[in-house]
Amino acid sequence: METTSTLEKTLRLIALTLVVIFFMFPIFWIFLMSFQTNETILAIPPSVIFTPTLSNYAALITGKLTTAAGTLDIAFMRNLGNSIFLSVTSVALALVLGVPAAYAFARHKFKGSEDIAFTLLSFRFAPPLLVLLPLTQYFQWLGLSDTYFGLIWVYQLICLPLILWIVRGYFEDISADVEYAYRIAGHSWFATFRKIALPLAGPGIAAAGLLAFIFAWNNFVFALVLASADKQPVTVGALAFVTSSGIQYGQIASAIVLSVTPTLALALYAQRYLVEGLSLGAVKG
Amino acid sequence: MASTATLRKPASGFRISRKMLPYVLSLPALLVCIGILIPFFTAVIYSFQRYRLSQPWARQFNWGENYLNFFTDPAFWNTLKVSLLYAGITVTLELLLGLGIALLLQRRSTVNNFISIMLLLPLMIAPALAALMWKLMTNPSFGILSYLASLIGLHDFRWASSPSTALLTVVLVDIWVYTPFIMILLLAGLRSLPTQPFEAAALDGVPRTFVFFRITLPMLTPYILTATLFRLLDSIQQFDIIYAMTQGGPGNTLTVFQVEAYLNFFQSTNVGRSAALMVILWAITYFLSNIFIKNWLRLRERARGEA
Repeated sequence: METTSTLEKTLRLIALTLVVIFFMFPIFWIFLMSFQTNETILAIPPSVIFTPTLSNYAALITGKLTTAAGTLDIAFMRNLGNSIFLSVTSVALALVLGVPAAYAFARHKFKGSEDIAFTLLSFRFAPPLLVLLPLTQYFQWLGLSDTYFGLIWVYQLICLPLILWIVRGYFEDISADVEYAYRIAGHSWFATFRKIALPLAGPGIAAAGLLAFIFAWNNFVFALVLASADKQPVTVGALAFVTSSGIQYGQIASAIVLSVTPTLALALYAQRYLVEGLSLGAVKG
Repeated sequence: MASTATLRKPASGFRISRKMLPYVLSLPALLVCIGILIPFFTAVIYSFQRYRLSQPWARQFNWGENYLNFFTDPAFWNTLKVSLLYAGITVTLELLLGLGIALLLQRRSTVNNFISIMLLLPLMIAPALAALMWKLMTNPSFGILSYLASLIGLHDFRWASSPSTALLTVVLVDIWVYTPFIMILLLAGLRSLPTQPFEAAALDGVPRTFVFFRITLPMLTPYILTATLFRLLDSIQQFDIIYAMTQGGPGNTLTVFQVEAYLNFFQSTNVGRSAALMVILWAITYFLSNIFIKNWLRLRERARGEA
């Protein structure tokens, strides 16, 4: 079909190589940096040949950084723990709330259903600081400002619309006839939902959950505004770490590597569903 | 035995619960989000007040004054200009780049599929952390990019810390993070196009530029529109990359809407002005998202129809 000249093939190859270098190089470079001491990082010209060291990771994991000036405490592992806890519980709550709602929107065209679904969707596109700034005051009045609970609640703004719209699509893809047949055999609505709809939409629900996890993990502004120092996730913690440690570049790099590894691993695992998830179900991969 | 009973005549209680069922199912999700509407209205009220955290006693309604002041406030016009510039530049470049890469990877092959998966990785990195990565790479004393710049004669190229190149630097980070988003949507779009028009055009020996502009682009338009509006909505609200990279600086070079509102709230403690800024940004995004949702819905219907 295609008639491609050698010249065109070469040009394509060059363009693709440049693209891959531009998008992959930063990840590769920071990864290298995380195994370097400040000495080799500061060497000019920069070199990819060095004796790798695990000292940066050791300092982060033990939480103690010994420098010439004394010992510095690093709270990074706590941030990592916070990220895991906040993301997992937020997604779990969003699944419990969102999957039944998605099922209702997919199966029942009830009064106001589209309006409600769109209101939920519109949260995805509103500027977060519009609600976050007044929310800081409400959190103080309600006693939520120093709690995980408050953060998990606000994280629903990220997770719920995503889960609702993706899972709704998966429920719509299942033929309702199977469910009717099961209902007519005398099973309750709940049994049908649990035994038929949930298993059939299972892979989609899992994918939506993974994506919601990635988005919750990557969130920055919610926690920056609302989280107290000991509740901060890695995104906020890494920035604070840069300010406090100043020139510990190797540790900053390894902190970044540790912070991005979970999302990158999940993304590779769930890549088949990414297109659909990122477009909230509008484009199928 | 149970089945015959239900088939014969459903109990009346069952009917009511069946009618109420969808409401019962979606209510918890809704309740959680309704809590968010309260601070939204609070923000709107604040935007009509003279309200500084440093002078709580002087808090009172000044009605439209916060908004009227914007007309004569150079800082506001700077915010509007930088926000539109940032959104305009990033989305245009990402669209061109994303479309180009999608076309390069269009043919299904092991190598192309592998590359398209690899290119997704920047998108999965938290934008705030991506900004930190680029901050390390553009560090004046050891950053690899500063070194490369010096090799091509740009000595002392200051990247994000110089007012003349700060915008360029954050735009670069934005492109690095978000081009894959446009690329992956357009790639999915390209691969879902029907093949007949292209086969017919090839048989007739139609020039490839003609095929691209008259067949590929028009058929791809809904995908391009959705991806562009999606990005535009996010880009005009960009906070993470800019705040993590420069905190709006140097000076007020990068005080886009959300960064300016954040600084107004926490540094100058001017709640009224901060809220008014956010309400204006909300109005812009509300307008954009209405166009977006129509488009997105059409595309979604089609995607579901194909399933």
